[in-house]
Amino acid sequence: MPVWVQLVYLACAICFILALKGLSGPKTARTGNLIGAGAAVVACAVPFLYRSNAGAHLDHVPLILVAIVIGSAGGVVGAQRVQMTQMPQMVALFNGVGGGAAALVALLELHERGDGFGWFALTATAFTIVVGSVSFAGSVITFAKLQDLMTSRPVVFPGLPVAFAGALLAAVVLSVLEVRDASMWVGILLGLVGLLIGVLLVLPVGGADVPIVISLLNAFTGLTVAAGGYVLGNTVLLVAGTLVGASGTFLTLLMAGAMGRSVPNILFGALKGGSTLGAGVASDRPVRSAGAEDVAILLGYADRVIIVPGYGLAVAQAQHTLRELVDVLIARGTKVDYAIHPVAGRMPGHMNVLLAEAQVPYEQLIEMDEINGEFKHTDVVLVVGANDVVNPAARTTPSAPIYGMPILNADEAKQVVFMKRSMRPGFAGIDNELLFDPKTTLFFGDAKDSLGKLLNAVKAL
Amino acid sequence: MNPDIVWLTVFVLSVFVGIEVISKVSSTLHTPLMSGANAIHGVILLGAILVTGSTDNTLALLVGLVAIVLAAVNMVGGFVVTDRMLQMFVRKKPAKQAPTDGGAA
Repeated sequence: MPVWVQLVYLACAICFILALKGLSGPKTARTGNLIGAGAAVVACAVPFLYRSNAGAHLDHVPLILVAIVIGSAGGVVGAQRVQMTQMPQMVALFNGVGGGAAALVALLELHERGDGFGWFALTATAFTIVVGSVSFAGSVITFAKLQDLMTSRPVVFPGLPVAFAGALLAAVVLSVLEVRDASMWVGILLGLVGLLIGVLLVLPVGGADVPIVISLLNAFTGLTVAAGGYVLGNTVLLVAGTLVGASGTFLTLLMAGAMGRSVPNILFGALKGGSTLGAGVASDRPVRSAGAEDVAILLGYADRVIIVPGYGLAVAQAQHTLRELVDVLIARGTKVDYAIHPVAGRMPGHMNVLLAEAQVPYEQLIEMDEINGEFKHTDVVLVVGANDVVNPAARTTPSAPIYGMPILNADEAKQVVFMKRSMRPGFAGIDNELLFDPKTTLFFGDAKDSLGKLLNAVKAL
Repeated sequence: MNPDIVWLTVFVLSVFVGIEVISKVSSTLHTPLMSGANAIHGVILLGAILVTGSTDNTLALLVGLVAIVLAAVNMVGGFVVTDRMLQMFVRKKPAKQAPTDGGAA
């Protein structure tokens, strides 16, 4: 490999570090992403230039270019068309195909050069095949769960732990065989076992925890790319994959921490019974409900209002109407802020993206730790399409699946208004005591409809 | 120096760098960061190109082309979707003056 190629790879590796660094700060995030994209494009262009310069052979160039164009077009169309609310499953899907690609690359390496590999390279190959397949199959299941193609509730069947343990054991045994004689057939079997592990790993995870699993699978894919980089003898793959593997693992722990959950509990809680399984049925206890006019009076004559937006708001595409309502309230002299729970929406930071799309000013979005002290002095909290993030069970009921998750202290406000479609429990599938509190008013209906009526009623005051 | 040890050194140092560079991220940026990291591992496209370009077996070529398509979806789609998310954060800056002033007036 000529020196200039190695230097270009080094430059790309540095750019990936800078990209991640940039992505972790709000001001530099977009630049960081562009640096990463630029480095990735340059890295992928190298084999084409290298060929003409140094005579190393790269065959099938036209076919390769066609495949790149098809994949890129698919990626761009998917990325442009996806609704902001469907972002988590889109990321899952992109991650899955990346893992699948890594597994296929490792299989091909095994086929082409496997006989000359030492035990360490063969171990890395087996690792890439298995974990890449896990990532692919796991991501497909997370996609299906989030896209409502299957139930988002944990799927558990009696033999699942045994099947899972069996699949893991099979993966280990096959990997040992693989390292001993670099057989292609063993490699393919490893891929199939990896797919099975991926499915069994994600099935028992409840819908609310799926984003954590996406992040974990993302880290897995990073590690497979790193192992693939070692097998191919390519530094840029090794560094990029390792960076993503390490930062992805760390990010997974951060996200789990923001939800007050541990990663093993998320993955295996349902197997032990009950942890992420909730009731899932509507309660028939009495509640107080009201119409748009009543709620308008509550809001219109309050001095301090806090909005708690949740995923229901985004599903109803009501964030624009909500912003209008807030603008009218502010014009009436009410102090209004949005309280953003770290996991509002379906992924950490998801709600910020959704509200930014509706052009809600950034300074009105207050993070949980900053605003939690203010609920005591708040006249009305308006909860729009959220439930679990204000459920006091997280503080009071050790048996609840969300116990220990930090919540917004909406229950400390003088009045609470819930805008809900029905009495169905939230994503975590448990009842919310706050709904039955005497100071709580429920305003039933689709968030967009209800907010429209509420907006007119407030304007008419 | 044993080449495998060189690889191991690069790997271990990258682990520390990977954790260090994102250790101060705010929860607001968790989603775009995950998405951006996801796009970065799409660079497996490079690996797919290298393997596909060096095979003379038809079946292997086909598998390689599938890998290229998948990796390109991951890489290109990943960066585009991350940029779309981040645009939302940037665009509000010019927009934020207007509604606030209008609201106070």
